[in-house]
Amino acid sequence: MMAGTVAINTFREAVRDRVLYNLIFFALAMMAAAVLVGQITIGIERLVIINLGLTAISLIGTVMAIFIGVGLVYKEMEKRTLYSLLSKPLHRWEFLVGKFAGLVLTLVVNTALMTLGLAAALFYVTRAFNRADASILVAVYFILLELAVVTALALFFSCFPTPMLSTLLTLGLFIAGQFSTALREYGRVAHSRVLEVIFGTIYYLLPNFHNFNAIGAVAHGDAIPRALIVHNTLYALLYIAVVLLGASAIFANVDLK
Amino acid sequence: MDLGRSLTCGKFSPKNMSMSQPAIEFLGLTKDYPRGQWKRGVIRSLDTLTFQVEEGEVFGFLGPNGAGKTTTLKCVMGLIFPTSGTARVFGRSIDDVQMHREIGYLPEQPYFYDYLTARELLDYFARFFRYSASEREDRVAHFLERVQLTPFADVQLRKFSKGMLQRAGIAQAILHEPKVIFLDEPMSGLDPIGRREVRDIILELKEKGRTVFFSTHVLSDAEMLCDRVAVLAGGKLQGIGSPAEIVSIEVHGMEILCDVPPARQLPTELAGQAARSGNRYRIQVPETQLYDALALLRGCDARILSVTPLRPTLEDYFIQLVEHPKGTSTPAAETGERL
Repeated sequence: MMAGTVAINTFREAVRDRVLYNLIFFALAMMAAAVLVGQITIGIERLVIINLGLTAISLIGTVMAIFIGVGLVYKEMEKRTLYSLLSKPLHRWEFLVGKFAGLVLTLVVNTALMTLGLAAALFYVTRAFNRADASILVAVYFILLELAVVTALALFFSCFPTPMLSTLLTLGLFIAGQFSTALREYGRVAHSRVLEVIFGTIYYLLPNFHNFNAIGAVAHGDAIPRALIVHNTLYALLYIAVVLLGASAIFANVDLK
Repeated sequence: MDLGRSLTCGKFSPKNMSMSQPAIEFLGLTKDYPRGQWKRGVIRSLDTLTFQVEEGEVFGFLGPNGAGKTTTLKCVMGLIFPTSGTARVFGRSIDDVQMHREIGYLPEQPYFYDYLTARELLDYFARFFRYSASEREDRVAHFLERVQLTPFADVQLRKFSKGMLQRAGIAQAILHEPKVIFLDEPMSGLDPIGRREVRDIILELKEKGRTVFFSTHVLSDAEMLCDRVAVLAGGKLQGIGSPAEIVSIEVHGMEILCDVPPARQLPTELAGQAARSGNRYRIQVPETQLYDALALLRGCDARILSVTPLRPTLEDYFIQLVEHPKGTSTPAAETGERL
């Protein structure tokens, strides 16, 4: 309830700060891509437009999640808007969960509108939808799960009073998370038990974004296994819960300036 | 002059003898901040602050900048955490977030979400008290009117002046009609009309039986409003008592403001103690020589404009407290009950 109130205000802030203006850029990019793809590709229009559209949705969402996310708590501490807020009957963890939910809500709305844009561009190019196009929604769902994990990480680092470092750390974890599977493989082929344990531990600590990337499969019309959907959902929920618990534990003891 | 002793040796007040539960209790509240690059040392910002505020009191928390006033309020609000000690509001610990239902807080130089309008801000804060939509609407409208912001209710806060923000801050602090209201420098940045409005609100809250705890470094505000004041310097409680006790301390002379006709001259006996601006003289005399001085002025047809007792200003107190702070709080000050 209390977290929901904070979440709605966070969403309102994003809307009023014109965060959703990125949609105009996305719409223009998709329109241009649709026109161009129709002219320069033969037979692979669908593949190109889905690849392009989903990559843009993921990229724009990630930039938003990181750059807005690292300011979620820091901005409220710096501007001292938290002073009045925390004098109300609101736990600090409720505030954090509310900020997280507010940004995720913003990302969901943003992503939903961009998906509509992608669908329009796809229809313009292919003149029809087929059953395989439904799997685009699964890819979008995976992107949203990934964005929610990135938001949780950004929020975690937002509890520290150094936004530049928070941005770098979140960005670093996002990039590392794309390659965490490779890290585990490196540990396995290193022929050293110590290295295997070290890399294995790092693998489990880092977010694993590899499984969230279904763009290629969807573009090629491959079906996404149900088990992967369940696995990714549970993994994202668990990872988010752990990160938010950590953020709450830290923020519960932070002295505001 | 020992301000601490002066403030703690007055009379008993029936209110202070009340056996009922105090509205606010500070119990050895202490706050240290780490100091230095390696954070090995500490700076003690608050030192075992111990006193009580009774229900229904308007209580002034006085002290120079850096005395620890805001630190105290931030501890109560849970914005920072005491190193040791605690505080209670109507017996509920400051660690209990439900205690916040009973309190309102105006931060020093409040800053709010500038993308919200005043109406949206109050509605947002009202939601934390679980009012129904219609109740929120009524409350918001009422308190906007109370702080005279109704004409600006739908203006974004980024367009508000400092004074308007202060009024919005007061509205959010009293929106849920809390039993205890903490105001951190509520008159700060307000013009005379704004200050009067805030004073009226504080007095209205007192009439309704609310407890008001406000920090200030303006003695006139404290004189006008407070039942009791506590003086803080260097993080330590220096004394606690009624404002009357403060202002009655050490009248060290009288100041006469008068006009002397151009044709007449100021008596030579007074010339050495006078400052002149045209025909107007500002004369400072010892209290015991006041009537002699007035007789001399009457003799030269002077028109007496005012006679004012000269007391140390609050700045004088602050300077003294900062230069000679008490090492420890007196036992009387620590109980907060005896004046």
